[in-house]
Amino acid sequence: MALLEVRDLSVVFQRKGEKPFTAVDGVSFDVDPGQTVGLVGESGCGKSVTSLAIMGLLPRRGNRVGGTATFEGTNLLSLSDNQMRERRGRDLGMVFQDPLSSLNPVISIGLQVTEVLQRHRGMKGDAAKRKAAELLDKVGIPDPTRRLSEYPHQLSGGMRQRALIAIALACAPRLLIADEPTTALDVTIQAQILSLLKELVTDTGTALVMITHDLGVVAGLCDEVNVLYGGKIVERAERHALFNHARHPYTHGLLGSIPRLDAPKGEKLVPIKGSVSDNIPWDNGCAFAPRCPNAIDDCRQTMPVLETDGPGQLRCHNPVELADAVREGAR
Amino acid sequence: MLRFVVRRLLQAIPTLFILSILVFAWLRALPGGPAGAMLGDKATPEKIADLNRTLGLDQPIFVQYFKFLGRVLTGDFGSSLVSNQAVLDEIGFALPATIELSLTALLLAVGFGIPLGYLAARYHGRLVDNSVVIGTLVGVAVPVFFLGYLLKLWFAGEGLGWFPPSGRQTTGIDATEVTGFATLDGLLTGEFDAFGDALWHLVLPGVALATIPAAVIVRITRASVLDVVNEDFVRTAESKGLGRQTVRRRHVLRNALLPVTTTIGLQTGLLLGGAVLTERVFNWRGIGYLLAEGIERRDYPRLQALILLGAVVYVLVNLLVDIAYGIIDPRVRAR
Repeated sequence: MALLEVRDLSVVFQRKGEKPFTAVDGVSFDVDPGQTVGLVGESGCGKSVTSLAIMGLLPRRGNRVGGTATFEGTNLLSLSDNQMRERRGRDLGMVFQDPLSSLNPVISIGLQVTEVLQRHRGMKGDAAKRKAAELLDKVGIPDPTRRLSEYPHQLSGGMRQRALIAIALACAPRLLIADEPTTALDVTIQAQILSLLKELVTDTGTALVMITHDLGVVAGLCDEVNVLYGGKIVERAERHALFNHARHPYTHGLLGSIPRLDAPKGEKLVPIKGSVSDNIPWDNGCAFAPRCPNAIDDCRQTMPVLETDGPGQLRCHNPVELADAVREGAR
Repeated sequence: MLRFVVRRLLQAIPTLFILSILVFAWLRALPGGPAGAMLGDKATPEKIADLNRTLGLDQPIFVQYFKFLGRVLTGDFGSSLVSNQAVLDEIGFALPATIELSLTALLLAVGFGIPLGYLAARYHGRLVDNSVVIGTLVGVAVPVFFLGYLLKLWFAGEGLGWFPPSGRQTTGIDATEVTGFATLDGLLTGEFDAFGDALWHLVLPGVALATIPAAVIVRITRASVLDVVNEDFVRTAESKGLGRQTVRRRHVLRNALLPVTTTIGLQTGLLLGGAVLTERVFNWRGIGYLLAEGIERRDYPRLQALILLGAVVYVLVNLLVDIAYGIIDPRVRAR
């Protein structure tokens, strides 16, 4: 049985006097123990909202969450606030995008690590401090005992993200959700953080949901990839399959817009036309149709459904043919 | 930290020096003079000139200034033209009254302001929030003297008669003076009736004086909490599964109170500078009372001393705020 089974998850934001906005629409995916699953898409495609909904971290008011997210047999979405507080930090850990603003600026690093140990492990005083230093050491922070009494502003961006990872993994959760953990860091640090994450989840057997817009991150890390567009999964594939023969024109577009060092000199990047704001709602056809080079009449009339396509799944009326995909999308 | 404090105190010296020049020049640039004010409408020019000579006001202005500065540096602020008492003695008598009243108002303002501001933010957009916001608008807008008279009308004297209408002490109460702080003296000497009496006298002027600072603190707290709850680190705290109270106290409030601290400091400075209107309304013989009387009578020595005192208080209060900031915000400490 999967560790996390997300079924038909939907999140609708509804503000007084405004039209409801569907941010996540019928998303389903599985995460097996120890597996790394990627959620990929542009800004606004619903990938972060998906993770916040699973964690129960959406604002209490102004949204409606539907579907189920079953974690070890329990539907997380049906738990009360207090029951979720028991689980977060203990069974489910999360690392956020911006390490600069994700740590409390006026509290020592030590307390920010030990408070989660105290909460879920009942550790106090010196025992908690020793454990915290051990955790910081494990994520590669030098001189961890001294760091405990320091404050976030005294640490570099990479160190802060390491500290946040230490916090998220402090109680050895079985699932870690990482929401664009490297976006705010510079490239060399990005690579370090990614390899650290990979190493830690491999060592501890923690399952990882990696949320990113960066297919490079996916390439290095994920076993399985879900590509989201307009709140729906448009393609699901195993990592190699995705890079070797992506079938959805959107996935294709994402791959084509990655700069490559081995590309012939002078070759231009191919951006995806338009932006997410060009969406049409899914019920009038495919949301990607206005931006899609492959769009046919059908795409503007009936909504494509997610169907099994070889080893993966695909939501498209006119996918990129396998032969083309191998030629153009290969890397 | 000690070096920081010493440096800040040294920085205050030029500030105070420049201020002394401004105060001196500005007071003398005002139309009319103390002699005219003291002698009244029927004063003849001869009599005024005579009095000016006695007071030393006929000398060149810079001579007057340096004499003034020399005396100030030796702790001599001269005598009040109104009461003939040494200005320093007047202040020594009035300052405890003002400090007592200011601290009362401050405690009320902080004690009500922070919880109300926090509640308003927590129930943002709902009835509690709207009532608090409207309440603070009224609090800021109602003139203090008007509110003071209303309080007196309703709760003192001919109204409900719960509180004394004015003064610091009931006449005839047997209180021993030790420090000049009526409440503190009551506690120190064990005269609890005097302590209670002093406390009773503090209620109405304390409330009147607290309204504006309380309203300001409510608004700053509310805005600040609303800002902080949307911060990423609060989401991190939630993702750790911490208890609701821990998130609120440790992560939201601690950060939200940073700007509130500055506001409290500024309000304290204002309060200690003398609450002219409140002290007038409640016949409270404090710094504000002295100041109002001094302005009416153009009592130069007294005004000079009071304005300099106000500046010193402001510098000290700001220093305290900076120190407090250093304690609660490690980012400031590092600089």
